[in-house]
Amino acid sequence: MSFLGYPRRDGSVGTRNYIGIISTVSCANDVAWWLSQKVKGCAPFLHGQGCCQTKPDLDITTRTLISLGWNPNLAGVLVVSLGCEAVSADAIAEGIAESGKPVEKIAILKMGGATAALTQGSRLARAMVAEASKIKRQEFPDSELMLGVKCGASDTTSGLAANPAAGSACDLLIDNGGTCVFGETTEFIGAEHILTRRAATPQVADKIMDIVARMEKRVIAMGFDMRGGQPTAGNIAGGLTTIEEKSLGAIVKGGTKPIQEVYEYGERPQGKGLFIIDTPGREPEFLTGLAAAGAQVIVFTTGLGAPQGFPLIPVIKITGNPATYKQLPDHMDIFVELADKVGSGIAQAGESLYKEILAVASGKQTKAEKINYGNFPNIFTIGPVM
Amino acid sequence: MKQKAVILNSKDNVATALADLKAGDTLELNTGEKTIAIKLTAPVPFGHKFSLANIEAGSAVIKYGEAIGIATATIQPGDYVHVHNVASARGRGDLAGGVK
Repeated sequence: MSFLGYPRRDGSVGTRNYIGIISTVSCANDVAWWLSQKVKGCAPFLHGQGCCQTKPDLDITTRTLISLGWNPNLAGVLVVSLGCEAVSADAIAEGIAESGKPVEKIAILKMGGATAALTQGSRLARAMVAEASKIKRQEFPDSELMLGVKCGASDTTSGLAANPAAGSACDLLIDNGGTCVFGETTEFIGAEHILTRRAATPQVADKIMDIVARMEKRVIAMGFDMRGGQPTAGNIAGGLTTIEEKSLGAIVKGGTKPIQEVYEYGERPQGKGLFIIDTPGREPEFLTGLAAAGAQVIVFTTGLGAPQGFPLIPVIKITGNPATYKQLPDHMDIFVELADKVGSGIAQAGESLYKEILAVASGKQTKAEKINYGNFPNIFTIGPVM
Repeated sequence: MKQKAVILNSKDNVATALADLKAGDTLELNTGEKTIAIKLTAPVPFGHKFSLANIEAGSAVIKYGEAIGIATATIQPGDYVHVHNVASARGRGDLAGGVK
């Protein structure tokens, strides 16, 4: 099967054709946001990191911003720096430029402040958008797609309907030679023994156990029962009792194929097939992890109706909760009917979701794109803000 | 007719409600091996769970054929099963060093 996408110099294929306006630090967010609203054809990436953190977190931020710049949905990137932040805006711009795409950089303090930066940045962004508009959609095989899979605001219907349908679509894409990424390590807790059975090698199985142990250790170090934080109050109201129950329903969204490799947050998987990225379950950080991995389309399952999209990636919302689908027409793209027989109807739901994925990859707008929801993601951190 | 609850694995000792169910409702359910009848002792909202068996305090609550937690009280067939009678065995910073 095929879709219509935008060819990139590194051989990847975009499903959207934006100029990314990437803020290097929380203090540069305002200018990045203004630029993205002023110049049509831009997608902002704003976040809360980039300064006053220890080296491991600064490294995660740098790596993630470079990888975001590489995302095939961006035709070019304007890096927006304050000028005194801990991360190096030059290193970020240079790292993105290695992809072969055009990269420009502005620094707010050096330019005489926000107004001057906005004027200069608008000029640069407009020129980049004009250049990008010459790139036309062409037909590509679906093997060029990397699908990110996420579940959020889950209830028990997530594990029964929406996640199995997403998993079935993942299996179809991998059978066709494509790539899927999933994660949410917190939501492997209690289900890691099922994932390790699908590890391509014993080393990958060990890595799965390691990232789960690492995440659980961070949680336990706080000295509280994680319940209430994970599963969330909303998950519990939706019928999910423990993290184990949530995890057993959550891992189904990654399908049934072998897990080829486990990557750190902000890394870009190499090769085709199914991959895990070590991430928390929370949306703002996790969606960024998928975007940094290189996903051009995201399937997002929900029970209660999580609304988030992502600035540079179409996010397809899918639910098995009939009340959620009915009550949230602004947000829900697809409904999967709950079956009273295990597995019944799932293959069919997976096929129709797959068709929607290809349509969205070819330019069809998702609900989150139509209402422009999801402009405030974040980057995962493991240490203190100082 | 569509069943009002689903059992996901023949090893499970809980079922998931596919509708808002009332106390006193009797449900005929397919375990994958046989049909059983369960009378509910409490209301069970859509998407929530009820017990199919006697689950002793301290023993595992099973869904998807896997342990989803530990019963904190003895649970009877037809009882509503949720945070009031099931604890997680994971991420328990409140227990010294966790339970692993």
